Amino acid sequence: MSRVPRASGYFRIDYRQDFALVQTARERIALAVFAAALLVFPFLASPFGLDLACQVFLACIGALSLMLLTGYAGQISLGHAGLLAAGAFTAGILFRETGAPFWITLPSAAFVGALLGVVFGLPSLRLRGLYLAVSTLALHFVVVYLGGEYETKRGFSTGIVIDPPSLGPVALTDGRAWYFVLLAAAAATLLVCLNLARSRTGRAWQAIRAHETVAEALGISIAGYKLLAFVISSAITAVAGALFAYYRGFVSVEAFSLFLTIQYVAMVIIGGMGSWLGALLGAAFVTLFPYWIEAALFALPGARRYAGELFAVNFSAFGLVMILFLMFEPLGLTGIWRRIQNYVLLWPFRQRHGSRQ
Amino acid sequence: MQLAVNIVVLAAIYALIACGYVLVYRVSRVLNLAHGELMMLGAYLLVATASLFSGHPLIAGAAALALSLLVGVLVYVLLMQRMTGEMVLAAVLATVALGILLRGVVVLVWSAQQQYPAQRLAVANPPIELFAGARISTFAAVLVVTTGVVYAALFAFLRFGRWGVRMRAAGQNPLLAAQRGINLHAVYALAWSLSTLIGSLAGMLIALDSGLTSTMVTIGLKAFPAALVGGLDSFAGALAGAAIVATAEVLLIHYVDPLLADVVPFLVLIAMLVVRPWGLFGTPEELDRV
Repeated sequence: MSRVPRASGYFRIDYRQDFALVQTARERIALAVFAAALLVFPFLASPFGLDLACQVFLACIGALSLMLLTGYAGQISLGHAGLLAAGAFTAGILFRETGAPFWITLPSAAFVGALLGVVFGLPSLRLRGLYLAVSTLALHFVVVYLGGEYETKRGFSTGIVIDPPSLGPVALTDGRAWYFVLLAAAAATLLVCLNLARSRTGRAWQAIRAHETVAEALGISIAGYKLLAFVISSAITAVAGALFAYYRGFVSVEAFSLFLTIQYVAMVIIGGMGSWLGALLGAAFVTLFPYWIEAALFALPGARRYAGELFAVNFSAFGLVMILFLMFEPLGLTGIWRRIQNYVLLWPFRQRHGSRQ
Repeated sequence: MQLAVNIVVLAAIYALIACGYVLVYRVSRVLNLAHGELMMLGAYLLVATASLFSGHPLIAGAAALALSLLVGVLVYVLLMQRMTGEMVLAAVLATVALGILLRGVVVLVWSAQQQYPAQRLAVANPPIELFAGARISTFAAVLVVTTGVVYAALFAFLRFGRWGVRMRAAGQNPLLAAQRGINLHAVYALAWSLSTLIGSLAGMLIALDSGLTSTMVTIGLKAFPAALVGGLDSFAGALAGAAIVATAEVLLIHYVDPLLADVVPFLVLIAMLVVRPWGLFGTPEELDRV
């Protein structure tokens, strides 16, 4: 777990304190301010801002689940878009074929995700590293193919349309309502992840990531915990996919390309491997990135002529940013943030150069 | 009979692309997921040189190949050399990022429209009548022959060439190789440039045969299972893998469902990973296994 920099004079004196999610008064205040800002935001923001926030929350759920798998359990997956697609298609197909409501399709998506998690996770019992990544990549193509097959066979060749769901008496058509639903979902996911990570399960995952043989010698069931990581992560991802389908009101295989997987992997990398804060920062960064690029295109003189090929500009810039992070800041945005925190905490003294957590 | 010809052509395409994956993996243990994009870039380089030397297809081709060699060296020096010492996964992700970057750059420079380098070079592509009414286009035939030549050359180079032996040594044990005075960076740079060169060659021939858009990346990605099925560090394996994947793909498309085209190579890949993860001819002990 990445260490949060703290001012001197703070000591933990028992394990309960060590496990506490929020430890110091300053953290409590910061968290309260942040929560208040999140609650006030929808009443001040434009519809466009609301849409962006909703997209960030959806990305947060997906990025957190990938961080759980890759950053904590150390299992590499390149099949994230496939799992999102599985969740979205479960919701879409159930809605189209049976007219099932929100509260049935979401758990079904989680269930399908968990099942697929077993399928995606089984190769991890034999394979490691590169080969595991490749097998999940292959499964991504299989899932997307099945989705496309359903679309063409049932005659929804352009995609499946889903009506907005209703929570009790309120139909979720309004951006503000969606904002709160997705905020709650993202917060719940974060809480689940945090609690998993500081429990026996999370410690077992970190042990497996650090050294499998040693973990096994410590009595950790490698196969069981690996599969559990895949199952939990996939279930969360599938729910994120289903929420995405409802939010967009539309499911189509085109949305779940390999590029989406790469985007999620990039969130984890850019955010900072092994850190929950990193997952959130990475999700926000990657989601908002295309909009920054667009804004930059229209602001910079001479860049406007590329506006017709916005996606190509996006691809180039995105690839470049990912390369730069991999080369120069392996700890990602979290690393930068921690260094700023350290700088402020230690001011006016300087942190010794090169001391990274 | 046409089916058999189709299988041979597709197998040749996959084999030609797959040996690029194998070359880089065997020498530097990095899986180059940007190979499809590098191949596409090579094909677009031909489009660029075609407008420079429009009357001389051979000069244009040679110039494009020389450029692609340079691209390979640049990729190593600017990107992959800096990733040495990082986790293998970081290096692989760097290639993924490079792929995304190239996709964008290619569209920005050459636009997303379909290009026909064969028309620009004013070379014809007449079908050749083979036995029993089966046909093969000229460039597809050239591609099959090229694949044979490239593989023969690679075998000879790695077996007898001074640098070929160095490459094998670096692949087997980088530390010992460096101790014996082999310049590892030069060897890796050579592997990357050769791999890019061969990939570009494949890309150019495919583009000459059937036109060029950015969807060519998909072919590059589908050739990857061929490399893995055969064993990621074996050239003979790449040939066998390409044959298996191409046969499965052509037959399943023909008899079952055309939509299967993009997924068959990956189904074969999954089957192989379950049964024999190191591939047909790969070396099992080198696999990072539990």
